[in-house]
Amino acid sequence: MDNLLSIVTFIPALAAAILAVFLRGDDEAARRNARWLALIATAATFLVSLFILAGFDANDTGFQMVEEAEWLIGLKYKMGVDGISVLFVMLTTFMMPLVIAASWNVETRVKEYMIAFLMLETLMLGVFMALDLVLFYLFFEAGLIPMFLIIGIWGGANRIYASFKFFLYTFLGSVLMLVAMVGMFADAGTTDIETLLTHEFAFETFSILGVQIVGGLQTLLFLAFFASFAVKMPMWPVHTWLPDAHVQAPTAGSVVLAAILLKMGGYGFLRFSLPMFPVGAEVLTPLVLWMSAIAIVYTSLVALVQEDMKKLIAYSSVAHMGFVTMGIFAANQQGVDGAIFQMISHGFISGALFLCVGVIYDRMHTREIDAYGGLVNRMPAYALVFMLFTMANVGLPGTSGFVGEFLTLMGVFQVNTWVAAVATTGVIFSAGYALWLYRRVVMGDLIKESLRSITDMTARERWIFAPLVAMTILLGVYPALVLDVIGPSVAALVDNYDTALAAADAASQMAAN
Amino acid sequence: METIILFAPLVGAILCGFGWKVMGEVAAMWIATGLLFLSALLSWIVFLSFDGVTEQIQILRWIESGTLSTDWAIRMDRLTAIMLIVITTVSSLVHLYSFGYMDHDPQWKEGETYKPRFFAYLSFFTFAMLMLVTADNLVQMFFGWEGVGVASYLLIGFYYRKPSANAAAIKAFVVNRVGDFGFALGIFGLFFLTDSIRFDDVFAAAPDIAETQLTFLWGEWNAANLIAVLLFIGAMGKSAQLFLHTWLPDAMEGPTPVSALIHAATMVTAGVFLVCRMSPLMEFAPEAMMFVTFLGATTAFFAATVGLVQTDIKRVIAYSTCSQLGYMFVAAGVGMYSAAMFHLLTHAFFKALLFLGAGSVIHAMHHEQDMTNYGGLRKKIPYTFYGMLIGTLAITGVGIPLTHIGFAGFLSKDAIIESAFAGGTGYAFWLLVVAAAMTSFYSWRLMFLTFFGAPRGDKHTHDHAHESPMTMLVPLGVLSAGAVLAGMVWYGSFFGHADEVAEFYGIPYAEAAAAGDTHAEGAEEDHGAATGDHGGAGEHHYVFTGAPGEGAIYMGPDNTVLDDAHAVPTWVKLSPFIAMLAGLGMAVWFYILNPSLPGRLAESQRPLYLFLKNKWYFDELYDVVFVQSAKGLGRLLWKRGDGNVIDGSLNGVAMGIIPFFTRLAGRAQSGYIFTYAFAMVIGIAVLVTWMTMTGGAN
Repeated sequence: MDNLLSIVTFIPALAAAILAVFLRGDDEAARRNARWLALIATAATFLVSLFILAGFDANDTGFQMVEEAEWLIGLKYKMGVDGISVLFVMLTTFMMPLVIAASWNVETRVKEYMIAFLMLETLMLGVFMALDLVLFYLFFEAGLIPMFLIIGIWGGANRIYASFKFFLYTFLGSVLMLVAMVGMFADAGTTDIETLLTHEFAFETFSILGVQIVGGLQTLLFLAFFASFAVKMPMWPVHTWLPDAHVQAPTAGSVVLAAILLKMGGYGFLRFSLPMFPVGAEVLTPLVLWMSAIAIVYTSLVALVQEDMKKLIAYSSVAHMGFVTMGIFAANQQGVDGAIFQMISHGFISGALFLCVGVIYDRMHTREIDAYGGLVNRMPAYALVFMLFTMANVGLPGTSGFVGEFLTLMGVFQVNTWVAAVATTGVIFSAGYALWLYRRVVMGDLIKESLRSITDMTARERWIFAPLVAMTILLGVYPALVLDVIGPSVAALVDNYDTALAAADAASQMAAN
Repeated sequence: METIILFAPLVGAILCGFGWKVMGEVAAMWIATGLLFLSALLSWIVFLSFDGVTEQIQILRWIESGTLSTDWAIRMDRLTAIMLIVITTVSSLVHLYSFGYMDHDPQWKEGETYKPRFFAYLSFFTFAMLMLVTADNLVQMFFGWEGVGVASYLLIGFYYRKPSANAAAIKAFVVNRVGDFGFALGIFGLFFLTDSIRFDDVFAAAPDIAETQLTFLWGEWNAANLIAVLLFIGAMGKSAQLFLHTWLPDAMEGPTPVSALIHAATMVTAGVFLVCRMSPLMEFAPEAMMFVTFLGATTAFFAATVGLVQTDIKRVIAYSTCSQLGYMFVAAGVGMYSAAMFHLLTHAFFKALLFLGAGSVIHAMHHEQDMTNYGGLRKKIPYTFYGMLIGTLAITGVGIPLTHIGFAGFLSKDAIIESAFAGGTGYAFWLLVVAAAMTSFYSWRLMFLTFFGAPRGDKHTHDHAHESPMTMLVPLGVLSAGAVLAGMVWYGSFFGHADEVAEFYGIPYAEAAAAGDTHAEGAEEDHGAATGDHGGAGEHHYVFTGAPGEGAIYMGPDNTVLDDAHAVPTWVKLSPFIAMLAGLGMAVWFYILNPSLPGRLAESQRPLYLFLKNKWYFDELYDVVFVQSAKGLGRLLWKRGDGNVIDGSLNGVAMGIIPFFTRLAGRAQSGYIFTYAFAMVIGIAVLVTWMTMTGGAN
């Protein structure tokens, strides 16, 4: 199969097209067909994507399974995966069937709903596989539209505000990226990412309007990309769209947002910022590290006082993404390994936590923490699952949440002990807000009249959680499953980064003499 | 065999926790208990047949990233062996005990199943604790460290309907996390320095670490001291030392068997174990060790003062535990790791005995825990009384002075006090002696209030007080035997002559070449000859000659505390005994001869009484300084930071276009926008697809 990546990417799109063209009517049968078709398509995507994993050679640090074709007006269609991206592809295909299954109770505009999610999957996969700037940008931006619609149409009461906030934040960030991409094309004469990775962008210091730009063009390009990825991540202080988006999004939308969409920022840093603009990255590393550390403490404190479950988990997501950016910009093996691991693991854990909220939201139609209490009395299975993911969120060793946190902290300790110490306080705060949430929702006596007849998880819900539980524990006990795949590519990345910096250093020494 | 010891409890936990619906409650509980007894049996075999040579058993790869390489592996040495018997013995007895104690728990409604869950938690705890002590590297230890934290959290909050239990559970976890903060930074630091976190590599690098300066936060530090202090912060959390002790008394919200297992015998000693395990590093960190000694002694004193006035039977024992842990840290701090482990072992027996005895009293009194409502129970529950009496004799340190005959605590506590004197810190020595007197006082106070005098409180409860069933009395009996004998049996191994101790821990040693010259150059070469020479133990003078990492503990060549401790003046050796008698005398005077005195004293010394009764106001202080301020800050950042500053400024920019979008949004709901947007997305997709398929993928 020479075009395996394209097949995986476009199966969901194909299913979406079938739904759009052939499915008529809005009766129960049509809805059922829409659900099943979506589920089958996403499941098939996952199964086919296993071939990618099977055929992937971790020791080859270049791009694999590359497809290249001429496209419109001289642009190129080029796809490929390497150790950095392949697991994000797998994460996406793994999560989507669960997301569809979690949406089984959606009753309004089911067909459109499924189309939106299927399109979203195609676009997300495209982001992780694209090896051409224009193609990447296209996928990256187009992904906003289905998400915008998901929040705006199937969201909660205040969905319009949230969807526009989401759209504007991420879109404004991306505009700068587009400008930078044009700049890159002008400088390098190509949009091919593989070539750009070996291109050396100018880093001689110059000044604009009397302001010295250390790192020159690289710094500017870095900042432009940074604007986009930092919003996507999201990093403090441009994180405020996320809690609103999460709160208003339907459960499945939150899951996709937290599990996959947020990872695009981190992926972008690793694909573009670090390898293409090493000098710029180095100049701004202290800033990014501090933003990450502040994010961890700041959002953890904010999470402590939330009254809405989804908001609390959203803030906790921002804190966990702080570990990711910190690890990436530690720019050593442990840091970057940890960052990727944290992103994968956070995909399972935060996805599961939003599903946990979804389970009780479906029953009680409220996310108010105060509306709950004592659920363990009637929902023991739910209490167990929620406990597991709470602990995973807290970073308990033995769950996947630990490995990423631990490695990123270990990585950053070697670079900056202050940042490491501040970020490590996050382990205290996370225990505080996560257990406090769990206590208020699950523990205690069941005294609220409205909860008297609440029922435990259904078989469908249990089957949705089962793979997530399995992955969280499996990766916690045997993280080599991930680390072996990403290790060589990360090593190459770190190596190239160091070499580039050393070369740049030598060059500027030469210039000075 | 070690692998079976380690995993049997995990299997038990899983089978019991998930399988009880299939196999029935009682069968599930017996499976968990049976596997624990198997584990205990094998542990004793391992302990008794252990030859002192460190062994490593690989199980599975774990976190590997660049130069960082960790495995799931078992490190089997004497320290591990000691901990194995302590953990599995107490745990299996507690499992057995729980059959009786947890039966008909009034916290639960009729027909509710709670016992398999309890047993599963207990077994899970045991597994995590075993992981902690068998760890071959610091991260695996951290796994066990956090694992026991979770088990502790689950068990403290076992009565999940009680708000106080839930609060205590969270408090325990979060306060422990404060300690883990230090522990984690210590691990990062060690990796930074040695590129490894395996014990072997770290130990081998210890002398180099001591020579290294490390930039950490605002200054340059001696690396060994810095790392030692960071790791010790972890130990403070787990072992409830001063400033991080507040969770332990509250942890008494858990069922009493939990208090015996986790909050007395095993988990809380993990900090002591950590310091002993890291002895090769600690030996190179003299300032850090002074800090350990100082804090241990202060905790021993502080906790004892609070224990004097508590009326909840479990809280008294909890503070007593806190205080005894302080003793162990003093021993470790002055370099007598062996004495620390000795006290850890004996303490596990007598403290578990006291807790289980207290549990038996509570069981008899229908879950009444306030000692002011006890009295005169000696006749009603005689076996429990004798068990607790032995426990009290052991903790207060009763024995024949100047000999090695006495209850377990007599030998181990005196060993620590002598070491403290020999280690040269008057502060630690005197605080420990005073604490010994207070230990004796509050322990006897507990006995007198519970078992002597006239019955107080609810008459009905007293009339129906009944002796506990066999499942509860058998553990008391076994632990009583341990509390009597453990000290005498193992005195030589833990605190005997240097050669005995060295043999026990597998440390190379040599005969000192000449009196007064204990650091002879040729000591290393003498090793072979000296190990074969057992004849003259006691007359010859031996020194430890191992390099860091050889043997289970490391004592530097200039660490002569063991010999010095044996040579302390007679008055020092007598001092803990005298303190014990003083405490006993006071207790008799206060609670037997003159029962109205305590009340009058509390009245006349009201500020002091309240100060102690309220545990030096630590909880109140922490609530204001940490909990409330964190919440306040969180609220401020949320409303002001996120709301006004960030959203305010960013939205301000967007405000201009918002009305436009609102109009669009109105149409979005009517469906137009939706269709357009979709047409667009699908268009892109179709285009890309078509291009790919027709253009052909190369």
